Amino acid sequence: MLLEIENVGKSFKGIRAVSGASFDVEEHAIVAMIGPNGAGKTTIFNLVAGVYAPDQGEIRFRGKRISGLKPEQVCAAGIGRTFQIVKPFAGLSVLDNVIVGALHRERNVVAARKRALSILEQLGMAHKAQQPAAALTLPERKRLEVARALATRPELLLLDEVMAGLRPTEVDGMVGLFEALNRNEGTTILLIEHVMRAVMALSRRIVVLHHGEIIARGEPAQVVKDPAVLSCYLGTEAVGGDEVQA
Amino acid sequence: MSQATPVTQVDTGSMPLSRAQLLGAGCVLGLLLLPLWANNYVLSIGTLILFLALAGQAWNVMMGFAGLLSLGHALYIGLGAYTSAALYTHYEIGPWLGVWLAALLCALAGVAIGALAFRFSISGVQFSLLTIAFAEFTRIGFDHIEWLGGPAGLFLKVQQREHIDLLNLRGPPAMFYYVALALCGGTFALCRALLRGRAGYYWQAIRENEDAARALGIPTLRWKLLAVAISAALTGVAGVFFAFYYNSLFPEQVFHISRSIEIILAPVIGGIGSLVGPVLGAALLTLLADLSTELLNALGSEIPGVKQVLYGCVLLVVVWYLPHGVWPALSRALGLGREHKG
Repeated sequence: MLLEIENVGKSFKGIRAVSGASFDVEEHAIVAMIGPNGAGKTTIFNLVAGVYAPDQGEIRFRGKRISGLKPEQVCAAGIGRTFQIVKPFAGLSVLDNVIVGALHRERNVVAARKRALSILEQLGMAHKAQQPAAALTLPERKRLEVARALATRPELLLLDEVMAGLRPTEVDGMVGLFEALNRNEGTTILLIEHVMRAVMALSRRIVVLHHGEIIARGEPAQVVKDPAVLSCYLGTEAVGGDEVQA
Repeated sequence: MSQATPVTQVDTGSMPLSRAQLLGAGCVLGLLLLPLWANNYVLSIGTLILFLALAGQAWNVMMGFAGLLSLGHALYIGLGAYTSAALYTHYEIGPWLGVWLAALLCALAGVAIGALAFRFSISGVQFSLLTIAFAEFTRIGFDHIEWLGGPAGLFLKVQQREHIDLLNLRGPPAMFYYVALALCGGTFALCRALLRGRAGYYWQAIRENEDAARALGIPTLRWKLLAVAISAALTGVAGVFFAFYYNSLFPEQVFHISRSIEIILAPVIGGIGSLVGPVLGAALLTLLADLSTELLNALGSEIPGVKQVLYGCVLLVVVWYLPHGVWPALSRALGLGREHKG
């Protein structure tokens, strides 16, 4: 098992954001976390990524405990993440943003620049390479988050709502990109997503959170028919599961 | 990788001879030849510019590169100056040996302050206040160290003004000018290499967004401490120069907060975060101060404080119209691209 989340809980000033959540992500899998706003999805991401230490439970990556590590140590272990509220290096060019990530594994700036350029090309952003990151639109900034995270060569990629604000054709493009990444490089992906079009196309397993607890899990087709999921998140008309943007 | 073409332009090293390089070479040549025609007064102005450029460049490593605002860099000027001066007057250890010890001491002091601040997550304005506090209580502390002269000051033996004794940094103004020029050039080259390497990318990432930098695997604490250490050490080198150039050190004057502000002004006016900014800013500020004095003398003005008011007004205008400093605007006007912005 690549990532094991075991009975993890976290409170903020007495408010339980996540309570007793357990689930696994196996190697080469694509798993989606869905649920209404405030369900605790991003908190789980931040617990995995080392932003917070859990109050209870344990998180393991390749069998080794990573809960309590610092963000940079989690990245070094092989986990890359994007931020839901994007955090570009606004004063740097798009290319330099990605070079910073690439330097994590590359020996020098020349090698990192080469790798950064190929990633930008992969993401269809090569023509923006010299622009300041501050000049990007929000969907482009989300893609920059992905580019930077990919540049660190993660084994596990945590994607926090990177499809938000994209047009349906762009969503399909991103889905294709992640599928190719998963297929060709074996990158395991755990994503938080509200765009059900992407969730249904991409994930092989879904975990549903509500009020900090996991209320359903399983294959996409099953999960979207689960009465508990329908009532708290998708709404009763969403059984088709196509264009819901809850 | 077919997209590599538009990117190479950032890498000035691969171009034959760009306008920026020609301009840079012209400036260096002009600075090298200055003592051939300049009198001692002009040389003293030049030396002051180079000293401020050196200290400003050093400060810029922390603020411009890594986003750490120090308002207490007089601390490192003072530590560097007193270390080398004490070694020279008490043990006859020359400045070229003393400068290493001074730089090391400053780096250690910087790391200690940085470690204290970062350990307790002190950042932003609080960090800046902490740097002032350390400079201030060091100033007060030095007033009570009799071995270093206390408030009465520490003086270096002034001798052989005409004879060049480079080993002990005793000599005519032209010698000091060239020493300052060499230190300034060396620091510029070092900062340029740092900015373009891994350190530069990591520092700028930390400056722009520390959380994102950490998520990309950068151990930010270590890199911030490195920025402080390098900045402090280079400022200490400037301090050593200060001691041997001015020959007299008083805690009240060396460690004073106005010196910290003086160090900051050049990069602020020239352009924080750029390599040319501190040098350009130092030149503009020094010449402005000098010209305003001359102008007021010519007008026969006797009103006290007019010079300071004039100086302040010009600063205000520059900061108002060019909030990023003179250099970014100037380099754009000269068509030098963004290569010097870093």
